[in-house]
Amino acid sequence: MTPRRMTWWLLLFTVGVAGMGALVLAQPGQTEFVPVSQLPAGEQLPAARLLVAAYAFVWIAVLAYVWLMWRKLGKVEREISELSSQMAKRRP
Amino acid sequence: MRKAFLPLVVVLMALYVSALLLIARAPFESTMGLVQKIFYFHFPPAVLMLLSAIFCGLMSAAFLIRKRQAFDRIALAAAELTVLYGSIALVTGPLWARKAWGVWWVWDPRLTMSFLMWMIFVSYLILRKYGGPGSETLSAGLAVFGMANAPFVYLSVNMWRTMHPKTSVVPTLPVDFATPLWVSFAGFLLLYIVLLTARVRIAEQQALLDQLYVDSDL
Amino acid sequence: MTSFWRAVWLVVRKDLAVEARSRELLFTTLFFALSCVLIFAVAFVREGKPLGEAGDAAAGILWIAIAFSGTLALGRTFERERYNDTLRALMLAPVVRPAIYVGKLLGILALLAATEIVTVPLVALLFQARLFERVSLMAALLVAGTVGFACVGTLFAAMLARARSRDVLLPILLYPVTIPVMIAGVRGTGALLDPEPNIAMAQFWIVLLLFFDVVFVTLALWTFEPLMTD
Repeated sequence: MTPRRMTWWLLLFTVGVAGMGALVLAQPGQTEFVPVSQLPAGEQLPAARLLVAAYAFVWIAVLAYVWLMWRKLGKVEREISELSSQMAKRRP
Repeated sequence: MRKAFLPLVVVLMALYVSALLLIARAPFESTMGLVQKIFYFHFPPAVLMLLSAIFCGLMSAAFLIRKRQAFDRIALAAAELTVLYGSIALVTGPLWARKAWGVWWVWDPRLTMSFLMWMIFVSYLILRKYGGPGSETLSAGLAVFGMANAPFVYLSVNMWRTMHPKTSVVPTLPVDFATPLWVSFAGFLLLYIVLLTARVRIAEQQALLDQLYVDSDL
Repeated sequence: MTSFWRAVWLVVRKDLAVEARSRELLFTTLFFALSCVLIFAVAFVREGKPLGEAGDAAAGILWIAIAFSGTLALGRTFERERYNDTLRALMLAPVVRPAIYVGKLLGILALLAATEIVTVPLVALLFQARLFERVSLMAALLVAGTVGFACVGTLFAAMLARARSRDVLLPILLYPVTIPVMIAGVRGTGALLDPEPNIAMAQFWIVLLLFFDVVFVTLALWTFEPLMTD
């Protein structure tokens, strides 16, 4: 594994861990001693976090896919140009 | 080709943000509250994933009959997008379920079905990657079987467990809810078409490259 | 049509003759099924009694043993063909391809039937499951389920015979596709093992399995030719 790829994996891993952390935080905490009157406000917060997590995941997934395709395309185009220049060198 | 890529992404982002604004302005659903808004980007990918799976199966069947590489490239792109949309549906689903049902995962028919279809298409990609030469024909066979399997998975899982809100909810949603949902659906559909076209183009370029290598015998 | 069935019979007889000489597949598959039963007994028996509702554990263990040992048998059958390089010879034989598929399928079914003849009574005995109370329904479930599992499995194993990393790929591809068979088998058997057997439920699962068999045998016959041609 090249260092660059390693960096990407580490980055991905960090994002994953951060996401997991956010999810754990999003869990409603100990509710036993919370007065009933404060519950609705407490309800709102985890919902918002779940919503943000869902939205963020959609973005991350789509962008990751686009990025993968982008890299694949770049590689193919580079190889094609290399190949054609080699062939051009050979011909004359 | 690569330059044409970026504007498309920008256009999509604009569309996506506008969908988001619509969603933000949509009224709160009375019992679910804020978390109901996950629905706007859970439902469209889930439906599109199933359609994409069927599309992939049809293209694979066409490839098996006609032996034209073009069908195979479309099938591969559709399979990748099935996995992508499936991942989105499978992650947003539990986030909703946590709030609505109190648990991350339930073995409810539609979730289970999405999960199984997702697994079939992940195995398609695994076969594609590790199957060695000739794996495109084999994976086409797998996709046809996976497509034919969908009604059986649905029936069997449905008889096994039931918990999901009924599908009939969607057409009868009040207009305030329905408009952002369909805008969001259109956004995901457009994204699907763009990604599919781009993926097929890349596969064509790869095939061209392989052909060049053969011709130049380097 | 008769030439078709004659070709099928030739393939079956060839497989049975090879098997009769070594009995390798029969013994390994059988012993593997027994090991599965043992391992799942460790997981699902507590204080001498199977977990869950009456028969739930037994139904699950039975079908898992069938699926796992079936995968082993499928892999080995085609590995043997590949090892001796006889698969190519078989494909070159001047018979229609679907006949080869049907012959292979019948061979696998015979092997799995032999395994089930031992496994089913054993599970009934070890888990006090009343598997023999509704013999006809139970037999229908077993036959329809095994055919469903084997018809997809034979096609996948045959097409993977030429692929790289085929040992790993077979279960990876096979289990997700045959999940309906597993659900139908386990739930149908469970319905029969209830204190008050749910006959209607069991019949529903048998019908579902029969539909599955029809659809997938047809599909396999149709795709075998293009899949096995280079």
